[in-house]
Amino acid sequence: MNTTIMLFLLQDGITNGAIYALLGLALVLVFAVTRVILIPQGEFVTFGALSYAMLATGQVPGTARLAVAMGVVAFGLDLYAARRSLRLKLVVRSVLLNIVLPVAILALTYALAGPKTPIAINIALSLLIVAAIGLFLYRIAFQPLAHTSVLVLLIASVGCHLALQGLGLVFFGAEGLRGPALSNAAFTVGPLRFTGQSIAVYGLTIAFIIALWLFFGFTLMGKALRATAVNRLGARLVGIRTTLSGQIAFLLASVIGAISGILIVPITTLYYDTGFLIGLKGFIAAIIGGLVSYPLTAVAALVVGSVEAFSSFYASNFKEVIVFTLILPVLVLRSLAAPAVEEEKD
Amino acid sequence: MSALLKVSDAHVAYGKVEAVRSVSLDVADNEIVTIIGANGAGKTTLLNAIMGILPLTGSAAFAGADMASLDIEDRVAVGLSLVPEHRELFGTMNVEDNLQLGAFRIAKAIAARSFERVYTLFPRLKERRKQLAGTLSGGEQQMLAMGRALMGAPKLLMLDEPSLGLAPIIVADIFRTIGELRAAGVSVLLVEQNAQAALKIADRAYVMELGEFVLSGPASDIATNARVAASYLGFTHEGESAI
Amino acid sequence: MTQRLPLIIFAIVMAVIPFIPGIPPFWIVLLDNIGLAALVAMGLVLLTGVGGLTSFGQAAFCGFGAYTTAVLTTAYGVSPWLTLPLSLLVSGIAAVLLGIVTVRLSGHYLPLGTIAWGIGLFYLFSKLEFLGRNDGISGIPPLSIGGFRMLDPGTIYFAIWIAVLLSALLTMNLLDSRTGRAIRALRRGHIAGEAFGVQTPRAKLLVFIYAAVLAGLSGWLYAHFQRAANPTPFGAQAGIEYLFIAVVGGAGYVWGAVLGAGIVVILKEILQSYLPYIFGGQSQLETIVFGILLVVLLQLAPTGVWPWLMSRLPFKPARKIPDTSLELPARVRAPSTPSVLLHIDKARKQFGGVIAVNDVSFDVGAREIVALIGPNGAGKSTTFNLITGVLTSTSGAISVLGTKVDNAPPQEVVKLGVSRTFQHVKLVPDMTVLENVAIGAHLRGHAGAISSMFRLDRADEARLLAEAARQIERVGLGDQIDQLAGSLSLGQQRIVEIARALCVDPLLLLLDEPAAGLRHMEKQRLAALLRQLRDGGMSVLLVEHDMGFVMDLADRIVVLDFGTKIAEGTPTAIKTNPDVIKAYLGATA
Repeated sequence: MNTTIMLFLLQDGITNGAIYALLGLALVLVFAVTRVILIPQGEFVTFGALSYAMLATGQVPGTARLAVAMGVVAFGLDLYAARRSLRLKLVVRSVLLNIVLPVAILALTYALAGPKTPIAINIALSLLIVAAIGLFLYRIAFQPLAHTSVLVLLIASVGCHLALQGLGLVFFGAEGLRGPALSNAAFTVGPLRFTGQSIAVYGLTIAFIIALWLFFGFTLMGKALRATAVNRLGARLVGIRTTLSGQIAFLLASVIGAISGILIVPITTLYYDTGFLIGLKGFIAAIIGGLVSYPLTAVAALVVGSVEAFSSFYASNFKEVIVFTLILPVLVLRSLAAPAVEEEKD
Repeated sequence: MSALLKVSDAHVAYGKVEAVRSVSLDVADNEIVTIIGANGAGKTTLLNAIMGILPLTGSAAFAGADMASLDIEDRVAVGLSLVPEHRELFGTMNVEDNLQLGAFRIAKAIAARSFERVYTLFPRLKERRKQLAGTLSGGEQQMLAMGRALMGAPKLLMLDEPSLGLAPIIVADIFRTIGELRAAGVSVLLVEQNAQAALKIADRAYVMELGEFVLSGPASDIATNARVAASYLGFTHEGESAI
Repeated sequence: MTQRLPLIIFAIVMAVIPFIPGIPPFWIVLLDNIGLAALVAMGLVLLTGVGGLTSFGQAAFCGFGAYTTAVLTTAYGVSPWLTLPLSLLVSGIAAVLLGIVTVRLSGHYLPLGTIAWGIGLFYLFSKLEFLGRNDGISGIPPLSIGGFRMLDPGTIYFAIWIAVLLSALLTMNLLDSRTGRAIRALRRGHIAGEAFGVQTPRAKLLVFIYAAVLAGLSGWLYAHFQRAANPTPFGAQAGIEYLFIAVVGGAGYVWGAVLGAGIVVILKEILQSYLPYIFGGQSQLETIVFGILLVVLLQLAPTGVWPWLMSRLPFKPARKIPDTSLELPARVRAPSTPSVLLHIDKARKQFGGVIAVNDVSFDVGAREIVALIGPNGAGKSTTFNLITGVLTSTSGAISVLGTKVDNAPPQEVVKLGVSRTFQHVKLVPDMTVLENVAIGAHLRGHAGAISSMFRLDRADEARLLAEAARQIERVGLGDQIDQLAGSLSLGQQRIVEIARALCVDPLLLLLDEPAAGLRHMEKQRLAALLRQLRDGGMSVLLVEHDMGFVMDLADRIVVLDFGTKIAEGTPTAIKTNPDVIKAYLGATA
């Protein structure tokens, strides 16, 4: 095997793997806290990426309006849920979060959008929009189902994926989009060429992993999120609201998804339905990590990215088959290692 | 006597099966009240319903306010706390983190004082503060569960079988601590299968059978009741007949 | 036969529909699609709704069925009727291979695994040269009988709906049988079923294969209906849709699958044809509405439409009462019963650092009632689990009738004549008392899945139900025989567990807190029953907290405290034993 090709493929694999790692981390986080297997994670990726790409052309993406519409529905659900004991404080909070926030984001987007808007502002706007969508998605689809089984949540999750992917087509059309690179710098080390974009991918991935580690290890809210993941009833008994934990988990997941999207869209053209596949690969990393371990997930993601890079070179036709069958040996190992007596549950 | 907790005509059902039927009870300030009864009598179900984990029909009021519209988390916020049968600790987090989360709803300054109080009550927890909760012994886990509940500065602490699976010497320790809580201004509602020990520290007691209260009164009276002695204490007191 | 009446009426209605004058051909196409989807969903009903195993990958099995016939008929000119068994076989073999890996996965790993291989197989279909890659295979010959070729949707309609009706019939037969009860018990955890000899992994694999074969059948029909096969209908999206159909209809109900298929297929059609008019030509709008409806439905009616509909029907299906005159042959047992049935020698169980059972030794002799008492958490239930093979002991030896059972699985222990009840009742709440109790007689029946489907099991089945009914009478629950187990009081449910344990025809009965939740009179009746069983030659080992009950009933008492045996003796001796009094009073005394 040619060393240069191998290094090149490895570099490619690690760049993709870093993205999958971010997504895998978000999936693990959301599952641990809310028991939702977040299939629409892929839509957070496309929404982030394509909103950013559209903003770069000076247009206001439809996602900004979607956030407002979802906020209105979320507000309605809040009112309905609190109908028996309607307190002013609650209503004001709900209006601020569900109406004022998305409207402000929409207004800001209209005010700032233009062909000359700096990249940083476009990124910030895309993140805000997708974060709001993530927040409201939890309120609308998952909070009312919080007490149900993993299966029901999973099917609901699939429903959200279908709806959001369809909306993606409405907002962005069937044509793919590409966004401007975060940086056009580039340098070479030996045979490898490092672009500013790929450095940004590595840098942001590492920064995010460190930030998550600090958040979960040292802040009360981070610990509360972990507590919810470890023991939901225990968390409720000390007064940690599962809804609050759920909202934060979805908020983090949507921001991570959007960032991943913004990092990829300058490298490859993204279509309204590309996110699903990208999300699924993060999801394979998450399954390999057992949906519990963050470090294992990150390592698995790098493996998935590398396997993908190598198989696209040596057996490009079967790239997806290989990546998705990767999971089977892992599952076999897991079932062999699984204890003979499984936990009892209803 | 002002009732801190007042439950009237409470029913709790799992699907079609009614596990608690028409139960009324009250707990006053600075009082230790115990509910004793056989396994499956509905004691745990009742505590869980008072905490809001299970739906309760009838009424439950805390400090004079009805709790019907309150979630578990709201009940914690008004000063009600439950140490459940299975303790429900955060097993992969250390002792200190568990305690810190116990004070999740409390201002930081008050939490610092709570830490002191809990470490004084359970010096063992201070020694183990960096150890993961899941690796503690059964007795230490029970102490941590109680300590975590106390971090939230509750007015009423509900304990579900604190002696479960613990060695007698540890049980004695736990019960001594429960007695000290009253002195610190915390009321206790104690569910126990170890009726002897519970009746010794309680002011009043209810006896539960098949989802209903069949007896109630001062703990000392219940402890000498012949029927209770036969069914729950296991052994007749000298000079009394079994039935 | 009254239960068959709705099925016959439905079959007649379906047979008449194509002959209604003026019926739009388009409706027939819809009905074809409904039938195809219903077949796959029916497999999911058994797999997910009844068995509790969620699969997102069923569409891939349709693919196996469709591609098998597509390749064989086009490339090799094999007759479609010959490819039918081959299509089913290929789907079944694929299910065995994937199932061996998949069904062992617990909890959410299972659905996740199915998504992964579902997608992997989709890409495989779309990349393999001999399957025509993304374009697939076209020119598949139509089905034909003699010279009659099923070319149009109106003729293959009959093939599809005959397949649906037959599958529904076979599936319902299967569920209403010895094997069916084992499958229906899967969802509530494996411990109870295994305690009565059910081979849980085998039962899971069976439903997995069954569901795959139904999907393969649908795929085979689809290939000859479309006369072409390409990867799209066998992808992840389709797999998700089939699960959706099962959930909409009511995942636990065979007819829910048909109803769900009807609702979803028609809804999709309406959305596809009308939404563009409303919203002006945008494509894919139906997936948006579809996705939203899915979430709304789960929030409003998580159990599906069929049970909702059934609960509104004015009449309730009549239940059959088994003929108790039929005799079930006794369990094969050793010619002579030794004087010691159960011998426990220094049994020990550690969970991590916690010693739950600490070198406990005791025996249970023939015709003896032994009580195991001690405070909560003393290790009594753990001891039960060690004896019955639910847990393996860390050290020590346990033997039943001289046979060592230390590492024996529960299925082997029950064969020796040891049956048990559980501290936390493990009945299937949505099965009747009779059906629950009949699980106890699982090892005394022999009918398998195939014979059940074709109703060749009726003689065997009638004897099993007769035995179950007899044991229900014996424990005094004859009036509740038809009620759902979940609707009984907890005390009664414990008694149902005793009846189930008696169906094993045991030598040794292990009862975990049988008197909890019983009233005084009921306790006395239970004590009388246990004495009667002892006098009939059975031994009983029971855990109980009601001291009055225990002292009155037991021949011998073993006292555990903190995992250690602290005393053993007659009730009178135990009552005055200072160690026992101390353990019960604790150090607070």
